[in-house]
Amino acid sequence: MRDTLTGSRIRERRQIAGLRQASLARQVGISASYLNLIEHNRRRIGGKLLVDIANALAVEPSLLTQGIEATLISALREAAADAVGQKAEVDGLEEFAGRFPGWAGVLAQMHRRVVSLERTVETLSDRLTHDPHLAASMHEVLSTAAAIRSTAAILAETQEIEPEWQDRFHRNLHQDAERLADSSKSLVAYLDDSESAEDRRGVPSEDVEAFFDANGHHFPQIEEGGTSSDIDLSKLDSSAARSVTKSFLDIYVADARAMPLAEVQAALTGAEPDPLQLAARFSVDVATVLRRLAALPEGYLGRPTGLVVCDASGSILFSKPVPGFAMPRFGEACPLWPVFQALSRPLVPIRKRVVQLGRTAAEFDCYAYAWPQTVSAYDDAPVYHSVMLVRAVEEGGQDAQFATRVGPSCRVCPNGDCKSRREPSILSEGF
Amino acid sequence: MSRKVLLIEDEPNIAEAIRFLLTREGWLVETHAEGSDAVQVIQGANPDLVILDVMLPGKSGMEILRDLREIEDLQGLPVLMLTARGQSRDREMAENAGVSRFMTKPFSNAEVLTAVRDLHAQATRS
Repeated sequence: MRDTLTGSRIRERRQIAGLRQASLARQVGISASYLNLIEHNRRRIGGKLLVDIANALAVEPSLLTQGIEATLISALREAAADAVGQKAEVDGLEEFAGRFPGWAGVLAQMHRRVVSLERTVETLSDRLTHDPHLAASMHEVLSTAAAIRSTAAILAETQEIEPEWQDRFHRNLHQDAERLADSSKSLVAYLDDSESAEDRRGVPSEDVEAFFDANGHHFPQIEEGGTSSDIDLSKLDSSAARSVTKSFLDIYVADARAMPLAEVQAALTGAEPDPLQLAARFSVDVATVLRRLAALPEGYLGRPTGLVVCDASGSILFSKPVPGFAMPRFGEACPLWPVFQALSRPLVPIRKRVVQLGRTAAEFDCYAYAWPQTVSAYDDAPVYHSVMLVRAVEEGGQDAQFATRVGPSCRVCPNGDCKSRREPSILSEGF
Repeated sequence: MSRKVLLIEDEPNIAEAIRFLLTREGWLVETHAEGSDAVQVIQGANPDLVILDVMLPGKSGMEILRDLREIEDLQGLPVLMLTARGQSRDREMAENAGVSRFMTKPFSNAEVLTAVRDLHAQATRS
């Protein structure tokens, strides 16, 4: 980064030291007006004069010449990009950071906090809304408790109660007590299906995703000829999570056998991967290629690569996150994602560049493909699954294309004009 | 003429208990267990007060309340809302939708009776 802000830092340090411009100028043997030009970054400074000024300010010269941290500038850029209805002067960003480093830091920190809170809201909202078992169980327990409390109080507190009412309430009480016992047992079993007290995510897909993330979505034991049984699943909390993980690992095993790592590496040398060519080269379907590419070790593909697998209901079965592309769980994602569009065009490989609205508005190349699952009987209608590889697009790359605007999910999508919107966004003022 | 309360609740045993309590207080109690046609039922029944559950089949109590408040004649109708979800956000949503009183399950009979008496007294005064 070209440093144009040494003057701003001199000014800041001089003010911290409580020195007047004239006084500092005198100490280093220049005129106050020349120092003024330097401090406003209108004269370049270096060499002996810089060392003299640094000595006069009792700081290391490098402190004055050091550029503003790239991370701070980058955070401010993100904050400006995410601002809704407020256009920031991005051209003056470095000057702002140089002149007011404290405020710039506060702004960057606030932005990071907002992003983190948004992510938490997204996760919690997702979980509360889409964990149907938990929501239904809680409602059942509380409603039954309400009925029991009310009925029991009537029986206990009413002085004179007609026998037919009494019989009816006794019967209701008995029914509700049975119901409460059943629903409580079911709820406790659900919540207790975790051997770890500190991790009660409660939703198997979250545990599965965490397991694959922890392994970088790559399993050397399988690459070397092992099977899913060679992978230690003991750290997964629930039997449901272990079972789902094993089934995904079995798919991984099949993919790895069909496309051995060394051969894939040889096929990828020096070129952007083309899923169709790879499918032809390895005699596999496009879905296998897309899954396999997402499972390669970090660095093989150059740019961050994610994966989404869904079924015909749109429920997300598996995902590998990629920075900048938000992936909500439980299937309530944006219907404009190519992975869902592929479901309406089975067996047709789709390639589409998308920009996901929201925090970063980054662009991604998506490859999607839907294929039928094996049927077990004649005349059975196959259930389709769809897979999408999500490749981050290099910033400032040569291959500029029209990008389709998509969101993460309606709840957190800022696109108010979208015809596919299912529900209001919690980011909009109208909610 | 008897005061009328319309109780919209899909849990039959809760509905029965509330019906018993309010009948003893001199209320004429009508019950309904479906959300989708609740607004029409309220308009047809012309009650003095509505007790409305939030989680109903067909249409949520929150939506019913919003629709009610869109109807000019029903804007002042006292509505006591019952819900198993007592989070502050739910309460806030109910208040924004125009609820008169919000009560979380499990509630006591005394709480229901007090709320009904208060709401009716307020409506009669205004």
